[in-house]
Amino acid sequence: MRNLLRINQREVIAILVLAVLLTLYLATHPTGPNTYVITIWANQCLILGLAAIAQFFAVIVRGIDLSVGAVMALTNCVASYLVIGSGFDMTLGIVVVLGVGIACGLVNGALVVFGRIQPIVATLATASLFVGLALLLRPTPGGQIDYDLADAFTLDVFGLPTALIIAAMVIGLFWVPLRRTGLGLGLYAVGSSEHAAFQSGMPVPVIRLSSFALGGLFAGLAGLYFSFVTTTGDAGIGPNYTLNSIAAVVLGGVALRGGVGTLTGALAGAFILKTIGSLMFFSGLPPLAQPFIEGLILASAIAIGGAGVLRVKNRLEVFGK
Amino acid sequence: MNTLKQNLPSIDAIFPYIGTVLLILGGSYFFPQILGFDYLAQQLQIAAFLGFLALGATLVILLGHIDLSVPWVLGGAAIVSTSLVGSGNPALATLAIPAALIFGGLVGIINGVGVAILRIPSMVWTLAVNSMLLGVAVLNTGGFNPKGEASGTMIWLATGNLAGLPVAFMVWVGATGIIALLLKKSAFGRYLSSIGYNEKATFLSGVSTPSVIFAAFAIAGLCSALGGVMLAGYANQAYQSMGDPFLLPTIAAVVIGGTSILGGRGSLIGTVGGVLFITLLTSILSVMQMSDAWRNIIFGLIIIIMLLLQTLRRKGS
Repeated sequence: MRNLLRINQREVIAILVLAVLLTLYLATHPTGPNTYVITIWANQCLILGLAAIAQFFAVIVRGIDLSVGAVMALTNCVASYLVIGSGFDMTLGIVVVLGVGIACGLVNGALVVFGRIQPIVATLATASLFVGLALLLRPTPGGQIDYDLADAFTLDVFGLPTALIIAAMVIGLFWVPLRRTGLGLGLYAVGSSEHAAFQSGMPVPVIRLSSFALGGLFAGLAGLYFSFVTTTGDAGIGPNYTLNSIAAVVLGGVALRGGVGTLTGALAGAFILKTIGSLMFFSGLPPLAQPFIEGLILASAIAIGGAGVLRVKNRLEVFGK
Repeated sequence: MNTLKQNLPSIDAIFPYIGTVLLILGGSYFFPQILGFDYLAQQLQIAAFLGFLALGATLVILLGHIDLSVPWVLGGAAIVSTSLVGSGNPALATLAIPAALIFGGLVGIINGVGVAILRIPSMVWTLAVNSMLLGVAVLNTGGFNPKGEASGTMIWLATGNLAGLPVAFMVWVGATGIIALLLKKSAFGRYLSSIGYNEKATFLSGVSTPSVIFAAFAIAGLCSALGGVMLAGYANQAYQSMGDPFLLPTIAAVVIGGTSILGGRGSLIGTVGGVLFITLLTSILSVMQMSDAWRNIIFGLIIIIMLLLQTLRRKGS
């Protein structure tokens, strides 16, 4: 047990912080804790959470994805056309939406792997492309998502918010098994040292491509879930989510230099970031001071995480690998 | 012969210039007025705004870092300068530009502290600094467009003409020249690239790497603030989130100019070309009255093509 805690130290800290913040939030909320309040909170958190997972798959292999928000906008716009009608139509629609997400991820991956463009620059360019496509579909916000389906995913099951069940399923049914596969190991190997991974005979290009495809899939899921929450299509949702997803993975203990951190951490980071925002909303602080305090908390959280280097005795250690 | 070769810009830096010429020629096929002096002079004026930002960003990217606080350093500098002028006190009004520049430099140093002392990845730290600046701006202006106006000097700097050429362009060329000299001739310039290549080795050679990082971020902050002052002069006001549309084009301009996003390799000449290319591309796409959607798509595609050309060439040689 103690070993398990030590290995997952970063995640344990993140989840503890989240628990404290959530308690504070529920304590300060004017109507007190009830299913409705928790469901709304969980829905908002899960959107950013899925976006943060998309970012996690880019960061873990020492990349960064500036197109997360753009893929969300594009899939959101696609969903606003397709996820409506009969049960078969909607199933097909969801498959197409997720397929679009994966395709976007593969475009990013191909540019990085075959085009040899740095991920940050490649995704900067593709973000513009994806937002353009989204704008083609929805020049102004509009469209509709099937209300019953949206309700099924955004309300609660026996008092437990569906969003939290989805989050638990992503960790339990996707991440834990994936971590045990060759691909799961490969992600960390490529992120820690691409050279070493290559020389150990790992298919580095395949791992990179799969990692981008998984990132695209989760950005698509984030766009789809956003559609369920808002039941409309909007091409302008991107920029906020891209930058917040980066902040979220860092808060969740995923290192931007690659190879360190887990999907659970990224998810917890996203929940923390959103909870801070919600906490502000009901805290009684003057509304105009809230953006500043939010920025201040983000900066201090990151600075405290970085303060460890001040204790390092050997100056050379701070430069890392 | 060797020195000649060293002083010639690298092929990467020439790419965006070729692209710019092709854009002008291709655009003039559809719109002959593009070849007119007025149009091109106006483009140089607009390019200067992006140019200041990209100038600072080049230094930071050469270090192997990135500065995401550009939007609100720009916005903050614009708010500081216009509200000082708008205060109606002539003494404060003359301080408008220096105060804005000092503001930019200070934010740059804050960026540098996080990156050099606390060792926080610049991408996250400057993002956090950006959101704090946004918070301060909202707190001060109450979420409305800040009151105030640009001074005569600011308007002249941004929109004036001198000997037929826009003043903004000439200030940009001057600033680029000074920083190019700094990069070429001073130890600071050499340390900058060597930190980008290998920070540990630079530190072991006895260079005070934190001071170099401070200086680079401070200069970048100054450049962004100068861009903000100019833009406020151009619009004769400061407005909320005036800097947001500039962040990604700034990075794109630097990278298209052949500067490696990993640091260590790159040039200011290339950045200038990248700025001209992006400004012209944006302008021609809007002259052609394309919808927002197609503008985004073509912008993204052309940047991808430019980047692919760079890597193809490097593979070939």
